[in-house]
Amino acid sequence: MDPEVVETAPDSAAADPVEAVVEAVAEPLFAYAPIMPEIVLAVGAMALLMLGVFRSERSAEPIMWLSILLLAIAALLILAQGNETRLLFEGTVIVDPFARLLKLLSLLGSAVAIFMSFDYLREARIMKFELPILIVLATLGMLMMISANDLIALYLGLELQSLSLYVIAAFRRDAIRSSEAGLKYFVLGALSSGMLLYGCSLIYGFTGSTEFIRIAQALESGGANLGLIFGIVFFIAGLAFKVSAVPFHMWTPDVYEGAPTPVTAFFAAAPKVAAMAMFVRAMLTAFPAITAEWQQIIVFISIASMLLGAFAAIAQTNIKRLMAYSSIGHMGFALVGLAAGTAEGAQGVIVYLAIYLVMNLGVFACILAMRRSDGMVEDINELAGLSSNNPLMAFLLAMLMFSLAGIPPLAGFFAKFYVFLAAIQAGLYPLAVIGVLASVVGAYYYLRIIKIMYFDSPAERFDPMPMALKSVLGVSGIIVIFFVAYPAPLVDAAEVAAKSLF
Amino acid sequence: MYSAIVFLPLLAALAAGFFGRRLGARASGILTSAAVLLAALLSWVAFYQVGIGGQTGRVEVAPWLVSGELAVSWAFRIDTLTAVMLVVVNTVSSLVHIYSIGYMEHDPHQPRFFAYLSLFTFAMLMLVTSDNLLQMFFGWEGVGLASYLLIGFWYRKPEANAAAMKAFLVNRVGDFGFALGIFAIFFVFGSIQFETIFAAAPGQAGKTFMFLGSEADVLTVICLLLFMGAMGKSAQFLLHTWLPDAMEGPTPVSALIHAATMVTAGVFMVARLSPLFELSNTALAFVTLVGATTAFFAATIGLVQNDIKRVVAYSTCSQLGYMFVAMGVGAYSIGIFHLFTHAFFKALLFLGSGSVIHALHDEQDLRKMGGLRKVIPTTWILMLIGTLALTGFPLTAGFYSKDAIIEAAFAAHTGVATYAFILTVSAALMTAFYSWRLIFLAFHGKPRASKKAMNAAHESPPVMLVPLIVLAVGSLAAGYFFKDLFIGAGADAFWGTALFTGPDNHMLEAIHHVPWAVAAAPVIMMALGFATAWIFYIAVPETPSLIARTFEPIYMFLLNKWYFDELYDFLFVKPAMRLGRILWKVGDGTVIDGLGPDGVAARVIDVTNRVVRIQTGYVYHYAFAMLIGVALLITYFMFAGGLAR
Amino acid sequence: MVAAAFFYLFASVTVAAAFMVIASKNPVHAVLFLILAFVNSAGLFVLLGAEFLAMILIVVYVGAVAVLFLFVVMMLDVDFAELRAGFLRYLPFGGLIGIIMLIELILVLGAWTIAPGVVDVVATPAPTAADVTNTEALGRVLYTKYVYFFEAAGMILLTAMVGAIVLTLRHKEGVKRQDIGEQVARNPETSIEIKQVESGKGI
Repeated sequence: MDPEVVETAPDSAAADPVEAVVEAVAEPLFAYAPIMPEIVLAVGAMALLMLGVFRSERSAEPIMWLSILLLAIAALLILAQGNETRLLFEGTVIVDPFARLLKLLSLLGSAVAIFMSFDYLREARIMKFELPILIVLATLGMLMMISANDLIALYLGLELQSLSLYVIAAFRRDAIRSSEAGLKYFVLGALSSGMLLYGCSLIYGFTGSTEFIRIAQALESGGANLGLIFGIVFFIAGLAFKVSAVPFHMWTPDVYEGAPTPVTAFFAAAPKVAAMAMFVRAMLTAFPAITAEWQQIIVFISIASMLLGAFAAIAQTNIKRLMAYSSIGHMGFALVGLAAGTAEGAQGVIVYLAIYLVMNLGVFACILAMRRSDGMVEDINELAGLSSNNPLMAFLLAMLMFSLAGIPPLAGFFAKFYVFLAAIQAGLYPLAVIGVLASVVGAYYYLRIIKIMYFDSPAERFDPMPMALKSVLGVSGIIVIFFVAYPAPLVDAAEVAAKSLF
Repeated sequence: MYSAIVFLPLLAALAAGFFGRRLGARASGILTSAAVLLAALLSWVAFYQVGIGGQTGRVEVAPWLVSGELAVSWAFRIDTLTAVMLVVVNTVSSLVHIYSIGYMEHDPHQPRFFAYLSLFTFAMLMLVTSDNLLQMFFGWEGVGLASYLLIGFWYRKPEANAAAMKAFLVNRVGDFGFALGIFAIFFVFGSIQFETIFAAAPGQAGKTFMFLGSEADVLTVICLLLFMGAMGKSAQFLLHTWLPDAMEGPTPVSALIHAATMVTAGVFMVARLSPLFELSNTALAFVTLVGATTAFFAATIGLVQNDIKRVVAYSTCSQLGYMFVAMGVGAYSIGIFHLFTHAFFKALLFLGSGSVIHALHDEQDLRKMGGLRKVIPTTWILMLIGTLALTGFPLTAGFYSKDAIIEAAFAAHTGVATYAFILTVSAALMTAFYSWRLIFLAFHGKPRASKKAMNAAHESPPVMLVPLIVLAVGSLAAGYFFKDLFIGAGADAFWGTALFTGPDNHMLEAIHHVPWAVAAAPVIMMALGFATAWIFYIAVPETPSLIARTFEPIYMFLLNKWYFDELYDFLFVKPAMRLGRILWKVGDGTVIDGLGPDGVAARVIDVTNRVVRIQTGYVYHYAFAMLIGVALLITYFMFAGGLAR
Repeated sequence: MVAAAFFYLFASVTVAAAFMVIASKNPVHAVLFLILAFVNSAGLFVLLGAEFLAMILIVVYVGAVAVLFLFVVMMLDVDFAELRAGFLRYLPFGGLIGIIMLIELILVLGAWTIAPGVVDVVATPAPTAADVTNTEALGRVLYTKYVYFFEAAGMILLTAMVGAIVLTLRHKEGVKRQDIGEQVARNPETSIEIKQVESGKGI
């Protein structure tokens, strides 16, 4: 990735040596412009690592800020790119509007997750410089996943992201739950990676290529084969693990509960977006010829996720576990859009992911604010009477809960609306109906939180909310409430992005 | 500029609403007033540009939503009608804002009040600038919401809460019709964009479709549904009951919402949709009928009310009826002209009443006033001006617009129009009577208030009087100066394409060719009304009670507002309550809860418990679940999916 | 013929060794079986003509990774019997699933075909061994065509390293460490203290 190691034709030396040097440096730089955000993150992460190692503990907070800055620079570089589709490294990496939009969302999720974690880390005495660096590395992996146009690129991006996530899940290494979470995630993640690789090798064995475009070409002429379908099943199993879709979801509640809360906030946001983006791209660009086959698998895991997310969450009392089931359910809803297998479906998924990201960050800002003088609390009942203790926080959290439940006119409703619309247009009526039913069941536990906040007798007050959490919650709440007034930017951008997949 | 006009009040509302406590009462008042005042000045510029310069157009702000065939943008439709409404709304609103700084001085919740006021202004501007029906509906509901909030502003007062709810509910009835109308338009035209609808409307004339199981004329149905919305918003006969109750809100609110702006939204809507209404004679006749009935009926009630604000409220109701009469006979420009002048003098009357109430420390009963002329002379003079304009004294604003409506009703020469003519002329008599009654009772005669109250009474501060003076100037001069533009020689150039009139609609021409007796009738009525009121309340003050005793049934009938509230209570409220109770106890409690939610909920809990039990916490269980999932999928494809091809 | 015989030899030993890795009671034996599986896989690679990969497998996996495992296993007191306590309980069900999957895979892979269009799709077929050694063939593409993958793999290893350090490295309190800079910076003022001792009294 480093421009220097790239061969430039030695015999193209121009007459002017300066010009030759400029040409030799500038040309590869220009050619690599589409993945400049990745390069910046990689080099930046290493630089920050150096800084952290040599400046030791004291440098943790500056490095947190620098990491946010790094993510912001990457985002700016993406914004500076045009709107065209670029293929790099012989078609193994693709940078198109879809990739750009989802990369921006992932970067946003990561940056906000770091931004929200200062106070927690300070209180928990785990303010270490490695955490932001690992988040940056995970984000690098996400960008690679989103841009992957090849099975190997996909796998490498996925592993980079996953490995970072395993580590930060166990980041609070002195807490038994955190270590347990990391270990569980790691073992199951390894199993899922194995399945993914097994699927990839079957697919490669049938189509003779790892590049999505060539796989699609091979299938155009070849059609489906049972062996290939097996490959796709394993492949999807690996991917479904990453988006925590049922039945590959089992790690989610334990890991969400065990990991330090800011890490959970991070887990619930950016990696889900990236994994789902990768999922969508892989399915829609590599296997368009056999949509009818993989559609059945997606429909199955989508229904299972929606139902399990709705039912299992009801019994939870720990809010982090509850959010874990909530995210399982939401991924099920997002998969509804993918199941449609159309541009509208992909657009629905993108809209869903964007809104989900915003809602989740807002909710986790609240969860991170559930702190009393004797430490963090995670039980839902601790929220009792929040409406009288902190009416604004209660109101915004209530709005977010309504939105998560998909009640109009909040943003969450539109998220669901677009995916269900796509499913209906694709003729998947049972899926849409089950989805709506699941969202009705799911509404129960969101509303229960609102009920606890507004109607139960007040519990002890929380400590005042830190400024960072306040701002995240405020922005998230405003977006969720006022999305209805001006949905066009997101919906249009998602449309452009979705079109670029077809 | 148009964006500034529309969004300044919103920004001010947000600032006052969210940071009001930090800004302080005074600052939020000044901030919102300044923002709206600026918008008002810009509106006059716009009025000049559009009305005189003819610079109409469309300003696209942002795309809003796309769903199937339905594509809607936030956009402003800029034409003369919009410009007139902008001027009316922003001018009155800015004056009311300034007035409120004084009027609400002792209220602890001023920032909230100003935020609501500005929010209302924003919603109203959205309504009048809208370029499609959905945006109009947004503004429509927005003003409804703001009105609800403002009527119930003193939320500790139970009557205020009840009135707010009543206003909201009655408006829902109208909105239901309006929404149905929008659906019908989308169904028929495939668009809710005004341009598209207007262009396609002539093609739909005379066509029919199935509505409520019978063949019905498309445009008539649409227009009647839409007019239902207008009836609710503009408090027309049958849906008028909320307006008098809405007087529980602070007086500036009454002036702004329930006199000058929101209640005229219905009139505006009919004018805006004149291309549709013009094509349906049935709908127009209905509009005339309702308008005339309201004009007459509200005036009769106004005769006997004792609450100073209610008198003005019924007067508003009645004047709105006039405007609808104008719409109904096809004289849209006259109707809008009356809307324009009415905004000035009715706001003046309301704010003047507010000044009286303020002077007497929240006394609203006319029977406890009297003799205030000497105590608050400025208010007296201003109220006189308002009354003169309302009753149509020559050369004042009301003279031009109201008389033009009466002449138009006569000139239309249809059965309904003649009915309207008779009713509006008699309403003019009653208008004069109750207006002067109000003046005489409040300002003349012997003081009936307690000594203490009279001594404490004082003239309002300048911050309240200045807006009144501005409005008074408008009440006197608006008619004379703008009559040529609105309904006279310059009308065609002024309105441009904003209002649509059919090819055989020559109303503006026709009103100049009515017999002199018709033209003189309103003035005669006014004089007559004045004379009667003078006899009743100045010359022989015993007359009213004598008459009330003699004709007690009629008096009681009027005093109780034709028993409409009681009728509705009997017809709708009580049965609804009873039905609700039955559904609640039997339907919900026994049947649905027993079999439905409670049963379902129990099953849900069962499922939940089972699902949660899977989550054991053992890694190998989790891994095993994954493998089972894969095995299931593979087996499925082996025996079903894979062989499907 | 000979190649086929060796293939079956290597393949069967690999599978058997892999089974023993999970079946053997003694963890050290398990690691040794793992090494056996690696060596036989290397043999399979040689049969495929991929001698570079075969050697890498021996050097890296057998030489480094497996030996490291061995050390770790010997140092930790892992009671495999306890870990496998639930084994028998889940064996019937687990075995059933396993057998079903196995049968299905055999059925499918037995009827394996390659997509007919593949020949057109494959852009650059691997060079034959006669032209270049496969070490050279790998070298040709590793830093050019696959530079992105190579760098990505580098980042993964970096992350793994950082992760291992983050999770395990502890700076214990009370352990004296050598700090060269501090030693060099020592001077009399910081290191010795002069006390006046009154005669006749101890310190």
